[in-house]
Amino acid sequence: MTDSAATENPLTVAAMTGSVLKNSATRASAIVWAALVIFTLLSFVLGGEHVVDNGKLAAAIVLGIGAIKIRLVGLHFMELRHAPVALRAVFEVYCVLLFTALMGIYLFA
Amino acid sequence: MTAEVETPPEAKARSGHVPGEPGLWVFLLGDMVVFGIFFGTISVLRARHTEEFVTSQQTLHLHWGVVNTIILLTSSLFVVIGMHLARARHHRAPLFFLAAVVCGLMFAGVKAIEYTSLVQDHHTASVNDFYTYYFMFTGIHLGHVVLGMGALLVASRVARPTSTGTHRMAALEGVASFWHLVDLLWIMLFATLYLVR
Repeated sequence: MTDSAATENPLTVAAMTGSVLKNSATRASAIVWAALVIFTLLSFVLGGEHVVDNGKLAAAIVLGIGAIKIRLVGLHFMELRHAPVALRAVFEVYCVLLFTALMGIYLFA
Repeated sequence: MTAEVETPPEAKARSGHVPGEPGLWVFLLGDMVVFGIFFGTISVLRARHTEEFVTSQQTLHLHWGVVNTIILLTSSLFVVIGMHLARARHHRAPLFFLAAVVCGLMFAGVKAIEYTSLVQDHHTASVNDFYTYYFMFTGIHLGHVVLGMGALLVASRVARPTSTGTHRMAALEGVASFWHLVDLLWIMLFATLYLVR
């Protein structure tokens, strides 16, 4: 066998023999994707179509859903949930600060 | 070495694994801060000139904005699946990176339709601050999309099972992280420009 095959991780070899498309990590990502699409449609309906009369509440919903979506993309797609604590913390703080700052501007600027 | 680099992140949950390489994250987080300032700028404009903002906002094509959000989310899923396949050295891995490039082209196509329609209706960047920010910030984001598509094309070659090199997965993780960033930035750009009234 070649060098690359000899150094192949046992996990990797196991993944190759099964169907990668059906493994649990891929299924979990598909669920996250579905949640992101549902959140998108939800913010479109609630924020865009005047379903919520209260402007402040509508803004909070739209910005809140935006921050939740960003967090989902970061933690699950960018794999930051497996990152060192410091990097993950910086990202989490970014999500919270972004929502707080934008909401603060909406309410008080 | 290769085995260490290619270990799935799940296996290294304790120590933590930086996707790509640490240097890249200085750039990615910096970009997030810059766009954070963009989102803040848009919000301040809405607060100070609410009527002009909302009137101009209503001329945007909200449905196209939703379509583009879903296109980018789908492209991100393709990249995630591509990464899973690349880790397993599966021969289909490059296909998923190319599928993400197709999504990027669709996003740019929709953006072109929106820009053309706005300009035809005389809603150009010089009309007011809303349109200035709209064209500037979505334009800068579109630049990221184009850059990301170039990176994804490179990734589709690196993702081939025959490709060698000790930093193969790190390179792919870097490209994937950048593409997810493009998706992530659009989420809040869409919320602040199209949705918040």
